[in-house]
Amino acid sequence: MTIKIDPAGLKNTRWHEYLLRFVAGGVITVIAGVIARQWGPVIGGLFLAFPAIFPASATLIEKHERQRKQEKGLHGEERGTDAAALDALGAAMGSIGLVAFAGICWWLIPRYPAPLALGGATVAWLLVSFSAWTIRQRRRRLF
Amino acid sequence: MSEALVRFIIGGLVVSAFAIIGGLFKPVSFAGLFGAAPSVALATLALAISKDGKDYAGTECRSMMAGAAGLCLYSLLVSQLLARFRLSALTATLCAIPLWFLTSFALWRLFLR
Repeated sequence: MTIKIDPAGLKNTRWHEYLLRFVAGGVITVIAGVIARQWGPVIGGLFLAFPAIFPASATLIEKHERQRKQEKGLHGEERGTDAAALDALGAAMGSIGLVAFAGICWWLIPRYPAPLALGGATVAWLLVSFSAWTIRQRRRRLF
Repeated sequence: MSEALVRFIIGGLVVSAFAIIGGLFKPVSFAGLFGAAPSVALATLALAISKDGKDYAGTECRSMMAGAAGLCLYSLLVSQLLARFRLSALTATLCAIPLWFLTSFALWRLFLR
């Protein structure tokens, strides 16, 4: 499956949906900080991978796909659910990259300047996530 | 500006940036990778390093590995709830949250405590 850049996907998103993601991201970052302050960095660290944004994102994807198909006279309900399921599967592949991000940060942060450590770990997240996604796509074609 | 407000703005901006980048890509399964982007982690760790030091941030990262493994299982469960049981996205994502707590805390207790 070919990866494409499609700016039209952004046009479907309304301003209040961007605002919803901004607020959800801001709130979970504050909560993660409060948890770390209250119970220490050991427990706080777990919440750096809490799926706080996930319900809002999945609901928006489901809604956009449903509307897009209904405008063409197709069964939007089914396609909306399928799109959200595929998005969640992609997030599972991205989570494998997130494990790598956390492990690499754990190793790099004490040894290197912060921008280098965080930048390097983000590149590693992208590479590991992309590799996991590619392997899954190839296996799906084979079996 | 209070620390909470700084956290809110930085967290909101980083999460929004990854959401916009993810929205640019097709197919949907590839765009989904960005649903597990290290957005909250980048915002939190950058602030933790500058305010609490590298050891504090490093400890957070160690625990985050368990949280990320929990997120992987959570996402797989959400995908299955949607594909097989045809639940709505909101119901599936909320019903699966106990699995994240269970696996994240169990992995942390077994391997990282």
